[in-house]
Amino acid sequence: MIGREKILSVVAKNKPAAISLPDLDFKSIDQPVDMLETFAKYVQAVGGEVVTIDHEHVLQERITNDRSTGKYIINRIPVGGQPDEVPEDPAVLESVYRAYIKGSFGVAENGAIWVMESAMGNRILPFICEQLVLVLYKSELVYNMNEAYATIQIDKEGYGVFIAGPSKTADIEQSLVIGAHGPKALSVLIIMSI
Amino acid sequence: MNPSHAKLAEAFNEDEKRTDWHDQTLWFVRQKRDKAAQILPEWEQLRQWASDIKDHTLSNLDVYLAEFERKAMANGIQVHWALDAADHNAIIHKIICDQGLTRIVKSKSMLTEECHLNDYLQQSGIEVIDTDLGERIVQLRKEPPSHIVLPAIHLKKQDVSETFREHLGTEAGNYDPQYLTQAARIHLREKFIQSELAITGVNFAVAETGGIVVCTNEGNADMGVHSARIHIGCMGIEKIIPKAEHLGVFTRLLARSATGQPITTYTSHFHRPRPGQEMHIIIVDNGRSRQLGREDFRNSLKCIRCAACFNTCPVYRRSGGHSYHTAVAGPIGSILNPNLDMKANADLPFASTLCGSCTNVCPVKINIHEQLWKWRQVIAEEGLVAPSKKYNMKMMAFVLARPSLYRLAGSAGRWMMRNLPFLVKVKVLNPWYKQREMPEAPKESFRDWYKKNKGV
Amino acid sequence: MANSGFASLSGGCDKNFIANFSGIDYIVAPSGSCVLHIKEHLNDSRSPAEAEFIRTHIYELTEFLTDVLKLEKLSARFPYKVGLHSSCHGQRGLHLSSMSELVAPAFSKPAALLNMVSGLQLCLPERPDECCGFGGTFCVFEEAVSVKMGVDRIKEHESNHVDVITGGDVSCLMHLEGIMKRKGSKTRVMHIAEILNSEQ
Repeated sequence: MIGREKILSVVAKNKPAAISLPDLDFKSIDQPVDMLETFAKYVQAVGGEVVTIDHEHVLQERITNDRSTGKYIINRIPVGGQPDEVPEDPAVLESVYRAYIKGSFGVAENGAIWVMESAMGNRILPFICEQLVLVLYKSELVYNMNEAYATIQIDKEGYGVFIAGPSKTADIEQSLVIGAHGPKALSVLIIMSI
Repeated sequence: MNPSHAKLAEAFNEDEKRTDWHDQTLWFVRQKRDKAAQILPEWEQLRQWASDIKDHTLSNLDVYLAEFERKAMANGIQVHWALDAADHNAIIHKIICDQGLTRIVKSKSMLTEECHLNDYLQQSGIEVIDTDLGERIVQLRKEPPSHIVLPAIHLKKQDVSETFREHLGTEAGNYDPQYLTQAARIHLREKFIQSELAITGVNFAVAETGGIVVCTNEGNADMGVHSARIHIGCMGIEKIIPKAEHLGVFTRLLARSATGQPITTYTSHFHRPRPGQEMHIIIVDNGRSRQLGREDFRNSLKCIRCAACFNTCPVYRRSGGHSYHTAVAGPIGSILNPNLDMKANADLPFASTLCGSCTNVCPVKINIHEQLWKWRQVIAEEGLVAPSKKYNMKMMAFVLARPSLYRLAGSAGRWMMRNLPFLVKVKVLNPWYKQREMPEAPKESFRDWYKKNKGV
Repeated sequence: MANSGFASLSGGCDKNFIANFSGIDYIVAPSGSCVLHIKEHLNDSRSPAEAEFIRTHIYELTEFLTDVLKLEKLSARFPYKVGLHSSCHGQRGLHLSSMSELVAPAFSKPAALLNMVSGLQLCLPERPDECCGFGGTFCVFEEAVSVKMGVDRIKEHESNHVDVITGGDVSCLMHLEGIMKRKGSKTRVMHIAEILNSEQ
């Protein structure tokens, strides 16, 4: 490939003398005292809501209640049975009202939650639903993105995403509008039992 | 030949109220950035780490690019290399044509703006729909974005309302941003679901894993890609970072610097196409390898396109992105663009007072104001400074180097200001005098005063 | 001249400066931009040692008073409301005060000195370190933006109802004063040296 060879050879010729990588001492960064409190604060700051529940039962009840409303609900969490299969066609998923997805962990400094492809079932699900519910156990929190990246292997699956709040935009005269192209609302359910 | 920044800025300033509004809106974004930075006691350390990681990467760039390609291909991604804008556009065009498609969706990518991709594809009969709300707005208005993060920052909600009324059939006179955003959501949902090919930008490309990271607030990049059969990610060669752990540094700096948010709503990591999907990455040079060879300017390639420098720049805030007549405006644009076309962009390094604020807000510590100064020397050497300015500078150098001549010029000048003021106070000939009074001419020079009063 | 792209022509000036100021222990100048330029760019291939000496022995006025003389009090009196303009080269180049962009402890050499003047009421503008718009030849080649920047600085000071605007760089002050005189403003402009030397 001509382009490749040319680009790489010019880069090799023009690059400066080797400079070494810095020593990244992340342990030097202070941690907050109360991880959950900080996490909740930032989820709210980015437009989401945090709800603590005592036990998985409560989650089951919520999902059952939701389904009884007749709205299109998808549950991807193996609570009380198998997670729902997710249709492939976005046109079908367009009418999903609420999707329940298990997060891997939350990041206290910014309210973000790591969500893996296997938890979603379909990559578009956390974006196309009207309301997203991400579920975490209380112990599944880290302080900052440095810790987060130390916790995960980003290429373990084909796709993964940090989600912080509902979709939003401020593109019209800097007025913040919650609910752009992704979900209009995000709830984070924290199961306090573990 | 574009009108110069000075001319365009002058026109921008004719509407003082609007200039004030533009200035205050962007200053507010700067203030949000300040608040977000102040929360982290380790902020300056993060900047230093980010800068050092990028410096290291540039010194090993060919190796990292090759590693990235290898890993990406092993994951089933097709990797293309584009020498320049034309190459980039042709590669994308071919992928689209091979699929027999006539319509695509695109999320924010300043690289594709730089390459004028939309125009190229449109001329070839392919419809491009920009899905970022700000980009969609300016696309409908047939104008370029004025800011790399906030493309429609130069528009008021009345402007957006009028554009949506015309193109989306929204209610006339309804300026509510909520209403307008909802209208855009509905309009674009359909396009997402039907999309077969989605183009995204790339915020970071990780050499260690061969994957790319895309940061958005709206969810438009993901909505497009996860519906489409084909995903094309466009990246400049400088977007590479060595390892996944480095993302921890950059994701803590990017959104805080850009908008004051702790993180963007979505930080999407793409490593393998979903089953049945094709994924392409286009690695683009377009002058970057040349910039890499410029010792004084190479670290402008560290840029992560956060636009913090735009928001802090007192000149940008009072002249607007369109005054810079390029895809990437603001201070960083002024040190990147002369490398792309020195003649067309010779005015840009002079669109600055060299105040240095940009350098201070840059999350990767690019010495922007120093590079602006250095570009001025290069541009003057290349003979691209206006002949009259060059002549004046030579005269000045001649006088200032000769003390007796300097004293003569000084006293002549003072005499003239006191006795023939009308020669100086001519607005057409003397731009200083257009909106400012002349300084008062002192009765004697400092030298004369000192000689008289030395003994005191 | 250098800021306009013509540093290559400054050889004659450099030679003069070195000839005039060689052998002097402390060179003090009431101008941040001049001092910064000398510190960063003064050079002469024929007398590199002298040039180096000058570069390391030149000070801006407030820098000299604070770092070398280590002044803690002044017998000056100036019973007026004073707005301080922070000149860019002095602040960001010579680090005469902390910068609003950085996460770092706050300090200001000029403000500390002004606070030693009895009767003086110091007011900072809302945007404490935004550029005034002078910028050398920028003031004529980008006249519209230059003046707008100056107008905005003045508006902030005048909303604090100051009697005097002061700073360490004559170029900034001249630019602001020119705009104010054209508007018929009553606010005075004085160099900080004049205030620190004042016995009103």
